[in-house]
Amino acid sequence: MSIWGTTAVVGAWEHPTRFAPHMTAFQIHAESARGALADAGLTIGDVDGFFTSGVGPIGLLSLCQHLDLRPDHVDSTSIGGSSFVSHCLHAAAAIAAGLCKVALVTYGSTAASERFAVGTAGLVMGEPPDQFEAPFGPTIVGSYAMVAQRHMHEYGTTSAELAEIAVTMRRHAGLNPHAKYREPITVEDVLASRVISSPLHLLDCCVISDGGGALVLTSAERARDLARRAVLILGGAEAVRHLGIGRHDLLDVAARQSGPLALARAGVRHDDIDCCMIYDSYTITVLATLEALGFCKPGEGGAFCAGGRIALGGALPVNTDGGGLSSNHPGMRGIFLVIEAVRQLRGEGGEAQVSDAKLALVHGTGGMLGQRHSGVTMILGRS
Amino acid sequence: MAETRPYKKPLPRVDEESRGYWEALARHELYFQRCRDCGTARSYPRAVCPSCLSSATEWVRASGRGTVYTFTVTQQNQTAGFRDELPYVLAMVELEEGPRLVTNLVGCAPDDVRTGMPVEVAFEDVTGEIALPKFRPA
Ligand SMILES: [Zn+2]
Repeated sequence: MSIWGTTAVVGAWEHPTRFAPHMTAFQIHAESARGALADAGLTIGDVDGFFTSGVGPIGLLSLCQHLDLRPDHVDSTSIGGSSFVSHCLHAAAAIAAGLCKVALVTYGSTAASERFAVGTAGLVMGEPPDQFEAPFGPTIVGSYAMVAQRHMHEYGTTSAELAEIAVTMRRHAGLNPHAKYREPITVEDVLASRVISSPLHLLDCCVISDGGGALVLTSAERARDLARRAVLILGGAEAVRHLGIGRHDLLDVAARQSGPLALARAGVRHDDIDCCMIYDSYTITVLATLEALGFCKPGEGGAFCAGGRIALGGALPVNTDGGGLSSNHPGMRGIFLVIEAVRQLRGEGGEAQVSDAKLALVHGTGGMLGQRHSGVTMILGRS
Repeated sequence: MAETRPYKKPLPRVDEESRGYWEALARHELYFQRCRDCGTARSYPRAVCPSCLSSATEWVRASGRGTVYTFTVTQQNQTAGFRDELPYVLAMVELEEGPRLVTNLVGCAPDDVRTGMPVEVAFEDVTGEIALPKFRPA
C-alpha cells in the first residue's frame, strides 16, 4: 500500500503552557499524549507505535517507561527541531507497511524554566566535526547568522527584509491567546533590538519557552471511524546539508532537496498550497527555506516575504500561530508546525483561519543551518 | 608562547584521523588533505575520501591565503572563555586552494570585517601542543 494519502493525523494537541517551572518535561509529554489521544477519540491502550526524539537525558526508552508503553514499533529519530515532522513521515510509512496501527508522537520541554541558553550556548566538544569548530566559538544563532550574512552578500538582502518576517509572525501571534509574545512590533523595533550575532538581532531570533505537544496518526481507513476530520499525509521527504568536504554552498539548504520531492510525491504544485508552516528558528530560516522550497527564486526571498504576502490574508500565509519567533520554541518546535497545519486544515484556526485551507506545506529545519542541518517537508491535505 | 592565564575555551580533541593536522599546526603550518586516487581536496581531515572511499591520502600544505566566505560578529555566547572575549568574529574562510575552514578573524575591528575580504592565516598557540589556525586581514 502506498504511503501517500493512505495515512492521516487524527489527533493533535498543543500544550498551552509557555512557562512551566512547576512541571517536568516528562509530564508535558504525558499531558500532551492525553490531549492528542482524547482529540482522536482513542486511548493509550490503542497506541502500538511510539515516536519521539531524545532530548538531553530523556530518551525514548525512558518515555516508554514513564507512559508504560509497550509498542510494536518505535522510532527516536533525532535530527534537531525537524525531528517531529520526520516522525510523522516515519509513522506514515510504518502504518502503511503494517508495522503499527496507531502511532503516537510526543514532545515536551522545560527549556525556559531551566534557563537553557538554546541558541547562545557554545558547541560542546563531541563528534569529529566539533573539534574543528568548537575551539572558535560557534553558537546556534551564529551558524544561522553566517547564512544570513552570505545571503546579504550574494543577493543584497537587508536586515529590514528579515525584520519584516518577525513583524508578520508577531502579528499572527496577536491572534493566538497562548502565544508567548503578542504585542505588535515594527521593523524599527526589530532593527533597534540588540544584535545577538550579526546580522541577526534579538527579535530575529525565536523565543525560548517551555511547552510540548502530541500527534496521533493512523490509517485513512480507520480515520473514517474516528471523531475528528482526518488530515491526510499526502507526501513528504527528508534531506540533510552540511559543510561536507569544505566546499558547500551555504545557501543550498536542505529544503531545496526535500521540498520538490515532497511536492512531487504529493502530486501537487506550489500554487496549490494554501498555507505554510515553516520552521522559524530565526528570520533567515524562513527566507532561506521559502526560496529553497521554490516558492520564489534564490535571492528573491526578501521581496517575497514583504508586503504581507506571508501574512494572514496574503497569498501564502506562513506560521499562522505566530511561529517560534513569537508563539513558542521550547528548543525543537517541529511538532507545532504539524499541529498548526492540522488546525488550519480542520478549519479550527479561529481568528487566524486561512479561508478554505485544503493543502498545507510543513517544513522543519533542525540543527545548525550553516554547519549541518536537516530539512523535512510534509504536505498535508484536508480529507 | 608562555600563557599563564588558564585557557578556558574548548580544546580540539586530537584523534588518529587528525593527528597530523594538529601536529603541523603546532609547527605553524596549515595543511589540508587530497585524495591520491580521485584528487578531491577535503577539509576537515579524515581518513577516508568521501568522494571515492579511498584511504590513499596526501597532505598538501596550504599557502595560508584566502578570503572571508562568510562571518558573524558574535555578541553573545554563554560559554566560559568566549563570554570574556565578546564581541569576536566567527567566520568561514575559503583557502585559495579551495577548501573552507571554520575559524576566527583576528587583528582587525569586528566592524571592519567584510565578506570577500582577503585574509591570511595567523597561528594562535593556545597550549604547548595546540595551535589554532585563525586569520587576519592580508
Ligand atoms: Zn577520492
